[in-house]
Amino acid sequence: MKFLSKFYMFIIFALLYAPILVLIVFSFNDAGSLSEFSGISLKWYGELFRDEAAITALKNSLILAVLSSVIATVIATFGALGLHHMRNRYVKGAIKSVTNVPMMNPDIVTGVSMMLLFVAVASLISTKDIFGFGTMLIAHTTFNLPYALLSILPRFNSLDKSLSEAAQDLGATPAKAFFSVELPEIVPGIVSGLMMSFTMSLDDFVISHFVSSPNFQTLPLYVYNQTVHNVKFSMYALCALIVATILAILLVVNFAGSASNKKKSKRGAI
Amino acid sequence: MKKIISLSLSILMILSVIMAFSSCSSKSESAVKTLYVYNWGEYISDGSEDSLDSNAAFEEWYYETFGERVKVNYSTYSSNEDMYAKLSSGSVSYDVIVPSDYMVERLINEDMLAPLDYANIPNIKNILPEFYGEGAEYDYYDEGNIYSVPYFYGMIGIIYNTTMVDPEDDDLGSWSLMWDEDYAGNILQFNNSRDAFGTAQYYLGIDVNTDDESEWRRALELLKAQKGIVQGYVMDEIFNKMESGSAAIAAYYAGDFLAMYENNEDLDFFYPKEGTNLYVDAMCVPKTSENKLIAERYIDFMLSEEPAIANAEYTYYASPNRLVVESEEYREYMAEIKEDAFEKMYDTDGVNATAYVNLTNEKLVLINKLWEELKSDIDVSPTIYVICGVIVVALISFISFFAIRKRIRSKY
Amino acid sequence: MRGKSLFQKMAAAPHITWAVMFIVAPMLFVLYFAFTDAQGNFSLSNVSTLASYSNVFILSIAFALIATVVCLIIGYPLAYFMARSSPKMQKILMILIMLPMWCNLLIRTYALMALLDNGGLLNALLEKLGLGKLHIVGSDFGVILGMVYDFLPYMVLPIFTTMTKLDKRYIEAAQDLGCTAFQTMVKVIMPLTLSGVISGVTMVFVPSISTFYISQKLGAGKIELIGDTIERLFKNTSTYSVGAAISLVMMILILISVWIMNKFSDDEGGIII
Repeated sequence: MKFLSKFYMFIIFALLYAPILVLIVFSFNDAGSLSEFSGISLKWYGELFRDEAAITALKNSLILAVLSSVIATVIATFGALGLHHMRNRYVKGAIKSVTNVPMMNPDIVTGVSMMLLFVAVASLISTKDIFGFGTMLIAHTTFNLPYALLSILPRFNSLDKSLSEAAQDLGATPAKAFFSVELPEIVPGIVSGLMMSFTMSLDDFVISHFVSSPNFQTLPLYVYNQTVHNVKFSMYALCALIVATILAILLVVNFAGSASNKKKSKRGAI
Repeated sequence: MKKIISLSLSILMILSVIMAFSSCSSKSESAVKTLYVYNWGEYISDGSEDSLDSNAAFEEWYYETFGERVKVNYSTYSSNEDMYAKLSSGSVSYDVIVPSDYMVERLINEDMLAPLDYANIPNIKNILPEFYGEGAEYDYYDEGNIYSVPYFYGMIGIIYNTTMVDPEDDDLGSWSLMWDEDYAGNILQFNNSRDAFGTAQYYLGIDVNTDDESEWRRALELLKAQKGIVQGYVMDEIFNKMESGSAAIAAYYAGDFLAMYENNEDLDFFYPKEGTNLYVDAMCVPKTSENKLIAERYIDFMLSEEPAIANAEYTYYASPNRLVVESEEYREYMAEIKEDAFEKMYDTDGVNATAYVNLTNEKLVLINKLWEELKSDIDVSPTIYVICGVIVVALISFISFFAIRKRIRSKY
Repeated sequence: MRGKSLFQKMAAAPHITWAVMFIVAPMLFVLYFAFTDAQGNFSLSNVSTLASYSNVFILSIAFALIATVVCLIIGYPLAYFMARSSPKMQKILMILIMLPMWCNLLIRTYALMALLDNGGLLNALLEKLGLGKLHIVGSDFGVILGMVYDFLPYMVLPIFTTMTKLDKRYIEAAQDLGCTAFQTMVKVIMPLTLSGVISGVTMVFVPSISTFYISQKLGAGKIELIGDTIERLFKNTSTYSVGAAISLVMMILILISVWIMNKFSDDEGGIII
């Protein structure tokens, strides 16, 4: 039984990783062919770094991910504060479900609906190029919003209400009470919201596909454009680099996580 | 963990803000103008393998000649219809586009192109008299070339893999090869309506510009019949598929055959005897362009010797440019790829070819509808539906089993 | 309880404004486009053309359903075995299952296609062994395989999470009371991990039914799913009205199925990774 379960896991993981591994191995292939391996070479990596479009796409992706995740998190933090203090349960529920719509909906529907909005606005103000950085930022912020709210709101709910009230009794304005008492308590929620939005934004292809323009391409859009044309082997190098980066991040987060956990357990509960 | 994450996050953010600022400031310093070029995929020399990077060369040339920095934003499409959809959505503006003949005609009819000022395109003199000037044969899509300058031309033919197709096959030389059931699962068809319908129309001997709806329907029936033996509907994915031997037969543009042949010498090519399509792709400037002058200079630059030859050598398409055709170096280059490459591309007098003409709006709607019909006509093996039925039945019985058990339990 | 200050009242204002402008308004535009013709007049013609896409709809549902069930059949035992391994091993396995999840879908799909294509590595290998070629790309089987491959981690992870949270004492109690391993599985473990299964099913079904890249690559443009239709209508032919009508139907379909699935899970909301 033990052996069987190990064998099963091995088979599934092997199948799951086979295509990615093949891609990575062949990114070092000198021949630039998928069927024969002629020798190890880094030439496709060199070509990738010379490809200006890829570098720009990477830059765009990072800028967009940071900006959209920060904006979404700031909006959601204040939104969570407002929702937390809101008394009307139905309004609260309505706002929460509306925010969740981009998360529930298939990406393609979100993308299409955003595109229609922008097309309508474009014809309203009769501009010729509405799509670009602005529309991408709006779209990314919008689909990041539910993830940010989802990780921040529970923090508010577990907050001791009397703390903020005590601060106000001691003469702090509600705003000051929020910034000095409540905000520090919800920081972990904010951080995880930021992280989640950041990765969501980096990873998104479908929604960007509908609201982008050639003057603002992100990395997934670049990959897409490569795969619908004659695929250059530098794209394999790009994919290998992306996989390696993700692996590195996962390892760091997990090892750092276990290290700090150990420290915590040594110190005991605070 | 929290600390590390927030640290790395803040570093990332600071970095990106710096990057954003640096890109902004470099822009404001010299106010670089951007020229948006929208071209077919694989249709310009891009600097790979020590070739000329035509766009970068243009940027450099422009700065040297006019003392102004221009940045080319180059993006690609894979069919005329894609390009038209993007252009007519009214949400993106381009400065230079390269549609094919019938699409140029359509854009002219719909008043979407700006007339060119040839004072800015002195290199037009390099274009062969067949393509430009009085009595030109190939300006049928834009009489007198008021809106367009020819970029490349060519014909559609059938590419096949000699290791997979029987060399004695009677169908070689004819469109019927695309309908040969011996090669089921190894045939690739165009993924754009006009070219796909064209293959069927040439095979049937119907006029490709016919006004008769029933003839379009006949072509559709033929395409539907072909769907069962087709591996897929693809455009530029064809390069990888034919080069790797994933498919045996495909109809595509002649120039691209040579590009594939360069990577796989098992491939061969013919122009079907029933007739085929001749196309001219031409550079145009859309009406919405805000940089018409730069766009015209871009067109002019592409007609000059070095980029014209580099592009022709990269794409292998037939060039209407005198400097290319007369260049010894170019001929040698073509002969190196394949002995008869130059003849295949240029000596096409014996080929029975017709051009697509823009259709009436009514017909365009009809083709769209027929194309949708073809695409949504999917032949799926019945096992899929059987499995699906089993799943649904299992799900329903599972749910009702639990619902009944719950009810029985709550009774006692 | 004191009265709410202006700050607290207004804190949610940006959030609400954003949600109305960029979540509600786009939905309204989908509605508007679905029920108007090109001139902007009210019309039901878009909705009536939907009938011609009914087989595409049915096919997409069938494909997504099969892919989901296959993911469940493969993924449930995998999650179970993962949860039974040692804590150290669990951590490694967790990274192994998360890595493909975080990799872009385009990369994984393309990698799979490159491997399975007729001229790809797999077929070259098979041919060397004298087994003949497998035509996977461009077939219905290939598309389902692509869905299973791409979305399997989404099924495994939520089930795995609920399994690790499972109180071991339930299992011990069941065994003490004389349950066989099979009975423990069916009567204890399965019902207790139902919430994980349901969120896994949602996370596989929704992207499967709406995908267009997988069918484009592994179906080679021949197998058309509803996502392809929407994508083509918006990006290639710019017939927004019909596209909007199809999107509307798909949205309703998804919301209904998510609602049904949430009915089954005991705890509200389920787990969202």
